[in-house]
Amino acid sequence: MKLLSTGRWLGGLALLLAGCQSPKTIYYWGHYEPVVYAQYQPGKNQPEKLSALLEQDEQKAASKNQPLPPGFHAQLGYLYAQEGKSDLARQQYLLEKQQFPESAVFMDRFLNIKTNGVPLVSTNTATKNETTH
Amino acid sequence: MKRLIDTTLPWLALITLGLLTGCASKPYDYTNYRACPPRSILVLPPLNNTTDMGATYGYLSTVSFPIAERGYYVFPVAVVDQVMKENGLPTAGEMQQVSLQKIHEIIGANAVLYTTITQYGSKYQVLSSTTMVAAEGRLVDVKTGTVLWVGKVNLSQGTSSGNLLVDLVATPFEQAINQSTDQAHGLCVGANAVLFNTKDHGLLTGPYFPQDQKP
Repeated sequence: MKLLSTGRWLGGLALLLAGCQSPKTIYYWGHYEPVVYAQYQPGKNQPEKLSALLEQDEQKAASKNQPLPPGFHAQLGYLYAQEGKSDLARQQYLLEKQQFPESAVFMDRFLNIKTNGVPLVSTNTATKNETTH
Repeated sequence: MKRLIDTTLPWLALITLGLLTGCASKPYDYTNYRACPPRSILVLPPLNNTTDMGATYGYLSTVSFPIAERGYYVFPVAVVDQVMKENGLPTAGEMQQVSLQKIHEIIGANAVLYTTITQYGSKYQVLSSTTMVAAEGRLVDVKTGTVLWVGKVNLSQGTSSGNLLVDLVATPFEQAINQSTDQAHGLCVGANAVLFNTKDHGLLTGPYFPQDQKP
């Protein structure tokens, strides 16, 4: 993204100054952070378009044999939920949990596995659409 | 002229960075951090102490990359933000007041990163403009409430090309095509890189950091 190119240059520089060896990243980031940002920009918070971008990233990451970042699958799942695609959403939450066991408590909420008897998220996708900004 | 700007920019940022690290105080004391090293970090939306409404998500949308690349599980920032809003916590201020006990129950994070943005945006002078981002963060262990780490960053980037004539023409146009929020948003990437990666001041590496690259 042109917008972020100078920042990434500086970021790379900072990594070098910090003594880190390689500019290669652990994860394939693709559109993840731009998708985060877009959800808060007027007119750009369109789940269908955003999830399509993340789907592209899934394929790209697979072809490069690089893992997707923490939160990626959960984010895609949440977008699918807003689109009413609850099966796809569940699939993504499970992928997040599989890839990162640290996410299990949080993902179980979305999967409606009640831990400590405290449900958090509603599965009512209509509600989600109304509160989407 | 564009070439000159492109080469001047990184050097100005480098000089600022050099001043930052040169003037930095003694290395951070990581004793508490090493005693309770987290695997997962919940980054809540930042408190925004600036007049720019774009700061909150401009900043939040650049914070996952450096922390995840440092080797931590980072919870999905937009999902957390929206879920909290759906559950009666409409502002960052209220989100940052949630008890550690509740965070443990509902999110299951090992540590929470509380951040505040103190500067964000661009200042336009006659011959140049400067974009600034300043932020601070505090990492807290969820189980004990111990502060594991604090850090702050103040980064600015100038865009003066040094040529009087061109600047008189360039600055209004720059102003027109580059919204200050976008410039500051881009600068957040560098600011967060500095905040979390600077030697002796940044985060220690986490469990997912490649073993062969550990500093």
